[in-house]
Amino acid sequence: MRRMAILTAAGLLAIVVLAPVIWLMILSVSSTADIYTVPLRWIPSDWDLSRYGRLLAPDPSGNTSPFLLALRNSLIVGVAGTVAALAISAPAAWHISRAHAGEGLLHVMVGTYMLPQTVMALPLYVMLSSSGLLNRPAGLVIVYLGFLVPFTTWLLKTGFDQVPRQLDEAARVDGLGAFGIMVRIGIPIARASIATTALFALLMAWDEFFYALLFTSNAAAKTVTVAIVDFTSGRVSDYGLVAAGGVVAALPPVLIGVLLQRHLISGLTAGGVKG
Amino acid sequence: MRRPIFVMRGGSALAVRRRSAEGFAFLSPVVIVLVVTVGGPLLFTLAISFTSASFLGTLADLRIVGLRNYVTVLTSTSFQHAFIVTIEFALFTVTAEMLLGLGTGLLLAEEFPGRTLLRVLLIVPWAIPTVVNAITWRLIYAPDFGALNALLQQTGVITDYRSWLGDPSLALYAIGVADIWKNFPIVGLIVLAALQTAPRDLYDAAHVDGAGIFRRFSTITLPHIAGPLMVALILRTIDTIKVFDIVWVMTRGGPFSSTKPMSMLVYERTFSNLESGIGSAIAFIITLVCLVFIIAYTRLLKRQSRSA
Repeated sequence: MRRMAILTAAGLLAIVVLAPVIWLMILSVSSTADIYTVPLRWIPSDWDLSRYGRLLAPDPSGNTSPFLLALRNSLIVGVAGTVAALAISAPAAWHISRAHAGEGLLHVMVGTYMLPQTVMALPLYVMLSSSGLLNRPAGLVIVYLGFLVPFTTWLLKTGFDQVPRQLDEAARVDGLGAFGIMVRIGIPIARASIATTALFALLMAWDEFFYALLFTSNAAAKTVTVAIVDFTSGRVSDYGLVAAGGVVAALPPVLIGVLLQRHLISGLTAGGVKG
Repeated sequence: MRRPIFVMRGGSALAVRRRSAEGFAFLSPVVIVLVVTVGGPLLFTLAISFTSASFLGTLADLRIVGLRNYVTVLTSTSFQHAFIVTIEFALFTVTAEMLLGLGTGLLLAEEFPGRTLLRVLLIVPWAIPTVVNAITWRLIYAPDFGALNALLQQTGVITDYRSWLGDPSLALYAIGVADIWKNFPIVGLIVLAALQTAPRDLYDAAHVDGAGIFRRFSTITLPHIAGPLMVALILRTIDTIKVFDIVWVMTRGGPFSSTKPMSMLVYERTFSNLESGIGSAIAFIITLVCLVFIIAYTRLLKRQSRSA
């Protein structure tokens, strides 16, 4: 009886979680005729993979597709933002972990990470436009550091806390300074948690929408989140094409999420749930 | 265990000075980033909120108006409406996410075939970008060829197709369902992680003492997961108070502003109506509301790191 209830609940949960995702994938490969019929056909009678081609292939005159450019921009912003955030936050995280100084700073950072983006939007816009960084991936990287750095500092600090202190002492006796100890001892030993932190940061940058909406308005800088929302705001929107864009945009973060599964909870409760 | 944070370290004045110079070098990059991207902008917005600035205006146009923008905002029906919309959305989604998350966590703590797979599946809604989630549900709710209409009609629940996002009394809750779908699984995983450290022998003892399932839940399980649940509750609440992305993609705040939260009002006032002073005042009000929860959160973190 109890076992039946558990299995039923588990089955129901799986359906609830999967149904919208499967529906999105079905839409992306259904023929247009199958999408626009009443009553709706749940399993497409014709498979149509051409939308993925249309999304990614160059247009007839040979221009790179805007969606592919957007994917490229998201990748550039994500990787550059992650690398910069790690480089900036690693020394601070190491110092806070070792010297037990700056813990107040750490709590302030966790706080700033949760501030609404709307309150920073106007000054950041003024800053980027006056320095010519609107519509540039570099501009997005700078503003993304505002939420990436607090998060990576926090996660790296928890990672560095796991590095045994006896190793510091040994290295100090060997004549290494604080920076040397971090580079030679801390970073190599904490590399697994650094990798986890990097994946989280990549995910956060990839998902960001609000700043990208405000600070990018042309194909040279638009990220993938802005690009797919553009699809939906056209007068005539092809549901299948929108769905295909969604599947492509969701694929990298879902893969990263599954990779991260073991570290998900500690990462989330440490620095907050991404917006 | 309490970490010995307050132990005196160093010794000679020289060592202390060297240590603080070192601290400065290690911490300054982070401090610079925070000042440029967070602290500075925050103060800038605060200052603008006391002026009559317009977005395209030059600095010469600035007139200091004191608290007038705040009075204007707080007495305007559009803000009051957006405030109520935001609170309604927060109450609906956070309550549902906590309850469903609790149920999901308790379920996953049981042994059953496929449990590991289900746990991986629960990561998917969390990992899907908010914008893609919003688009997916927009397609599901589509009034003409959407899956929800088809499902409900083919099962006989409704006879005619409805416009879920076009109905002012339904739209906010329709968006809420999309938000709940994305976020309850992660609450479930947080609950599960807390449950897995629950003291097994306490349950056995309670069982022997004849404590029923509800008694065991309220006296052992709930106190044990209360901390992590509280963290999840605060984080979700902050996120919903700031809500923008999902609403922007699904309804742009419509129909008739029925789904327009406070953040969208900031966006409109600042960047469309070019009333930056007013927009900044609204942004600051949102920030103050968030700050209450942020302070609660950092307090909770401090307490947990001390008892860890």
